[in-house]
Amino acid sequence: MESTISIKVEFSGGLELLFDNKRSHELALPAVVPLNNDTKKDVVVAEGQGKPADVAYLIAYLRDHLLQERAELFEEGGTVRPGILVLVNDTDWELEGEGEYALRDGDEIVFISTLHGG
Amino acid sequence: MDTESLQAHDNVHPLRQEEESKGDREKDSETYPLPLEDYKRYGRQMILDGFGLQGQVNLSHASIAVVGAGGLGCPVLQYLAAAGVGKLGIFDADTVDISNLQRQILHSEVTLGMPKALSAKEALLRINSRLNIEAVTEAITAPNALSLLRAYSLILDCTDNVPTRYLLSDVAVTLGVPLVSGAAQRLDGQLCVYNMVQGEGVRGPCYRCIFPTPPNPTTVGSCEELGVLGGVTGVIGSLQAVEAVKILTGMDQRPTMTIYNALSFPPFRSIRLRPRREACIACGKDATERRARERAEGLEVTLPAVDYVQFCGGPTPDWEREGQVSGQEGERMRAGDLKQLLDNGEQVNIIDVRNPTEFSIVHLPSSRNVPLKTLLASPSSYLSAHPTVVTCRLGNDSKIGADALRKALVEERVTDGLAGEEPKAAERTLEGKGRPAEGSGADVEGIGQAGAPLGERGPVMDLVGGLRAWSFQVDSTFPQY
Ligand SMILES: [Zn+2]
Repeated sequence: MESTISIKVEFSGGLELLFDNKRSHELALPAVVPLNNDTKKDVVVAEGQGKPADVAYLIAYLRDHLLQERAELFEEGGTVRPGILVLVNDTDWELEGEGEYALRDGDEIVFISTLHGG
Repeated sequence: MDTESLQAHDNVHPLRQEEESKGDREKDSETYPLPLEDYKRYGRQMILDGFGLQGQVNLSHASIAVVGAGGLGCPVLQYLAAAGVGKLGIFDADTVDISNLQRQILHSEVTLGMPKALSAKEALLRINSRLNIEAVTEAITAPNALSLLRAYSLILDCTDNVPTRYLLSDVAVTLGVPLVSGAAQRLDGQLCVYNMVQGEGVRGPCYRCIFPTPPNPTTVGSCEELGVLGGVTGVIGSLQAVEAVKILTGMDQRPTMTIYNALSFPPFRSIRLRPRREACIACGKDATERRARERAEGLEVTLPAVDYVQFCGGPTPDWEREGQVSGQEGERMRAGDLKQLLDNGEQVNIIDVRNPTEFSIVHLPSSRNVPLKTLLASPSSYLSAHPTVVTCRLGNDSKIGADALRKALVEERVTDGLAGEEPKAAERTLEGKGRPAEGSGADVEGIGQAGAPLGERGPVMDLVGGLRAWSFQVDSTFPQY
């Protein structure tokens, strides 16, 4: 098993403003991460204490390492705040197990903030 | 044009002459399902596979409610009117403002100040005089929504606020009709078809199925705050009109969600959505059973018991008014007082906390641009020996900026005091309280404002009502946007 996986993350609907105004990000994540989603770079995952990197970990990772604004504009209680829809390869993440979806090399995860203007 | 002349215009309109030609049309309908002239008028769409004569007949019998006659509603209405939809309902409680004309293409300089529903109706009748249009200038609310929308077979959400989006979704579910929802902001657009029939008794998700919890109002921006490109509302509005025609003609009835960004490559993305949620308070099992019970008992079918505005976190703040609310004595400066200071030749550290794009549209001549985010990151770097006045467009962000600067001022003093070193500037300022700190070293020119400390650190205030107030109260030639 590879030690890292590469994924593509895209922000839409104004969320990119929270991430350095960049819509597209290429990320390399550890293939195995701690169960508690600790995203510190030097964290060591003990045998049997890890899980494959999933969307919940990705949310924590984005909050800890890429977010440039107040955390509550993106994350709330371990998931995305209300009004954000997550897509796993263009599919509503609810169909893919939400936070528990195990990321695979080459996946594209999109975070969309709902718009309300008309 | 005022409402009275609009009605006069209506009265002479060909629509009203229907009676005279009725005889001819009845003759047509004996042989053909559409009036003779419609074959030529709608031929370009009738020859499309999957549309055909039946598609046109369906459209001519359809009734569509378009809620919101703004950036999305205008293109929607324009295409649906041109396509020959039998009845159109236009619902909008707003009036036409000059700032609407950049994207709300049915309205014009001639209809400024007119209710949008009436302005749009007038424009549509110029396109298609035989249209049956119901223009409603009353706001759609939970108490009136079902009775206003009951007559329609399809609802198009072209609104601009969260509570109405939830309300329209619940109305669509309660009435059993699909909802074609559009939204646009900045360079982004979103389109979604909710409550779509997918075969025998099976319907697609409603808005609540996807977004059971509304966003915190502080994370929701408006077109006024965030901006929007006219063509972007046009893209989404046009897509809504296409979806409506697809549904009414039976060309396609899948639930869809599409997102658009003018700068992305590719600009469109189609999304596979979850199914309806069983626990949804609008379209889930319990709610469906409740409605069935109400129908069986001959009762009026009701919406979920929700206070839509409270559910969405309370009313949207009126930022222009909020910006004018007076704060603590000595913490806020009126536009006229700032003008006085500048006219007296006082040096004022004017900090404008808008983003650079807005700053470059227009700003006070002696102001400098420190975007709020930058200022909040290290407020102490922006303190000055001169009085500081923080400003922005309406006077809300500037309050946040001024608070941060004052906090930095206090922290600076505390740090100096704790250090026990020789008293620095901040200590000495207290002596000069209430009058200009003459000769205190630097080129300080204080102001005798409300007991704020003077000296090497001038007092920090924010401009009440922001640059809009400056334009209203001091300089009417200063552009507002
Ligand atoms: Zn639902």
